[in-house]
Amino acid sequence: MSTLVFLEHHGDELLKGSLGVVTKAATVAGGDIAGVVLGSDVRALAEGAGNFGAAKVYVADDPQLEAPLSQPRVDVLAQLIGDQGIDTVLFANSVLAADVAAGLAARLDAGLNWDLVDLTQENGKLVGKRPALQDSVYVDVGWTSEPRLALFRSGSFDPSETGGSAQIEDVEVVLEEFSTAARMVDQAHEESEGPSIEDAPVIVAGGRGLGGPENFTLVEQLAKALGGAVGATRAVVDAGWYPYATQVGQTGKTVSPKLYIACGISGAIQHKVGMQSSGVIVAINKDANAPIFEFADLGVVGDVHEVVPRLTELVKQRKGG
Amino acid sequence: MKIAVCVKQIPEGSSRIDPESKRLDRSGEGALNPFDANAVEEALRLRDAAGESEVVLVSMGPARAQDALRKALAMGADSAVLVSDEAAAGADLVATSYALSKALEREGADLILFGQQAGDSDGAVLWAAVADRLRLPVVSQAAGVTHENGKVTVKRQTEFGYDVIEAPLPAVVAVSDAINEPRYPSLKGIMGAKSKPQATVSLGDLGVEPERAGEQGSRTEVYALGDPPARGESKKIEDDGSAAQVILDFLAEKRLV
Ligand SMILES: Cc1cc2nc3c(=O)[nH]c(=O)nc-3n(C[C@H](O)[C@H](O)[C@H](O)COP(=O)(O)OP(=O)(O)OC[C@H]3O[C@@H](n4cnc5c(N)ncnc54)[C@H](O)[C@@H]3O)c2cc1C
Repeated sequence: MSTLVFLEHHGDELLKGSLGVVTKAATVAGGDIAGVVLGSDVRALAEGAGNFGAAKVYVADDPQLEAPLSQPRVDVLAQLIGDQGIDTVLFANSVLAADVAAGLAARLDAGLNWDLVDLTQENGKLVGKRPALQDSVYVDVGWTSEPRLALFRSGSFDPSETGGSAQIEDVEVVLEEFSTAARMVDQAHEESEGPSIEDAPVIVAGGRGLGGPENFTLVEQLAKALGGAVGATRAVVDAGWYPYATQVGQTGKTVSPKLYIACGISGAIQHKVGMQSSGVIVAINKDANAPIFEFADLGVVGDVHEVVPRLTELVKQRKGG
Repeated sequence: MKIAVCVKQIPEGSSRIDPESKRLDRSGEGALNPFDANAVEEALRLRDAAGESEVVLVSMGPARAQDALRKALAMGADSAVLVSDEAAAGADLVATSYALSKALEREGADLILFGQQAGDSDGAVLWAAVADRLRLPVVSQAAGVTHENGKVTVKRQTEFGYDVIEAPLPAVVAVSDAINEPRYPSLKGIMGAKSKPQATVSLGDLGVEPERAGEQGSRTEVYALGDPPARGESKKIEDDGSAAQVILDFLAEKRLV
């Protein structure tokens, strides 16, 4: 097997998710693991992947790859996969990686299995594990041809250091015209405003079920009573109800407080991956079928506008406030 | 401007996987994928802002999927094309993106919109595959889209915050479910939808070779279905006025208050 791991970076760091996939690949596929870094001025950071099990790292270093846009990356990867006879390409899910993987699937007519949480080898065959239907069914999936493409759910694997080092090999960058048509006008910066929620022992999070930005006070008051921080879903952050710095989930923060109280949150997978390792999860949602109840320790089918203020009062009373 | 919106019919309510075929059971009632309603809504807004524009729905699915398309027509889309063919069943990303791109090629739209994911398979990948086949620029996770001077400007959220990306038309854009609040069809819209053009085309009509369609044209397979890992003890209650007390007692028992 010849396995390639897409190594995503931000600033001058390789992402933990990508390195976790390298570690996983090294245990499943054995020695022949290569990584690939695409960007501008990325040579130095490529070497870091050796320490997680990559024997070789391909580097596509070009100013045209500076912005995290998918299509130029598809061009470079398609060429590399063909040239090197790579049969398996693994990606840690991200906004960028998903679009790269899907573009590559079309370009190479290659099978893509997404949202995998595990990968094993069974009788010489690669088998991916994919939770489906709100994680109520675990499906074993595979590929009928090569190259095989796999996109892993965020946070599926932790990186572990091997002390190894990688051989660096430069890759040529030749881009299609349509691939460079989209242009980054303003790239995301680390948003520092707003409190950091990652270290909070308690998080009370609000979603669209709150009904409007003004109702976030309900969540804030409960958080205050419990000595915790406020979290939010992408839906309410995108809608401008609450700052991005408080977002929990795939494209927000990954948190594991002792207590997570979800108020008016449906429990989408992309939210779940950011909070599932919380100690205790309490959910309040008026829809008895909301997916959040599948992974809450205590689920309350009810209206946040009634339950949350009452709970705040009770907590205050108990604390003698 | 011509805007094509790719939409899909998904099973209504809670769905199941058929243990025999290992495919999603699509025998029950169908609904419009809720995430697609955001794409339809955005298309209608862009159409109305641009003037002299039209919105065409493009879908692939069983013949019954016309019902879901009618719901999007009732919202205000102008026409619909459904790729429907026995031979398309069981298509994965490779086969679906190929057939859909053939259908989209015929439409020659300036802007092609997608919703953020399929509510049944949780797939959130189709747009990038379709864009590659059509050799068009693509931007996904759009939380805002504006259109001006032959280009779109998209605000998207990634793991690091918000990017602003610009792409010349024709382009493919996938919108987030927070970009807008989809309208409910009016009674007039529902009545009017019945007389809007709804075409059905076969794979042959699109020139899709049989070996590139459906299961045959797919590159992934399903081996087995299993149970999720067991979860710890959990309970669920209905609020009868005492839920706050139940939560407090629970937190006290866990020593969290
Ligand atoms: C690439 C990608 C990345 C993403 N990243 C993230 C991420 O980082 N974080 C994230 O959160 N999401 C993320 N999402 C979005 C995710 O898919 C969901 O759309 C989002 O989590 C939904 O937010 P929500 O639960 O607030 O809204 P909804 O899904 O609309 O849920 C609102 C819930 O509130 C309930 N409700 C309504 N009224 C009441 C009431 N009065 N009382 C009680 N309950 C009520 C409803 O029953 C419903 O379940 C991402 C999606 C994609 C595609």
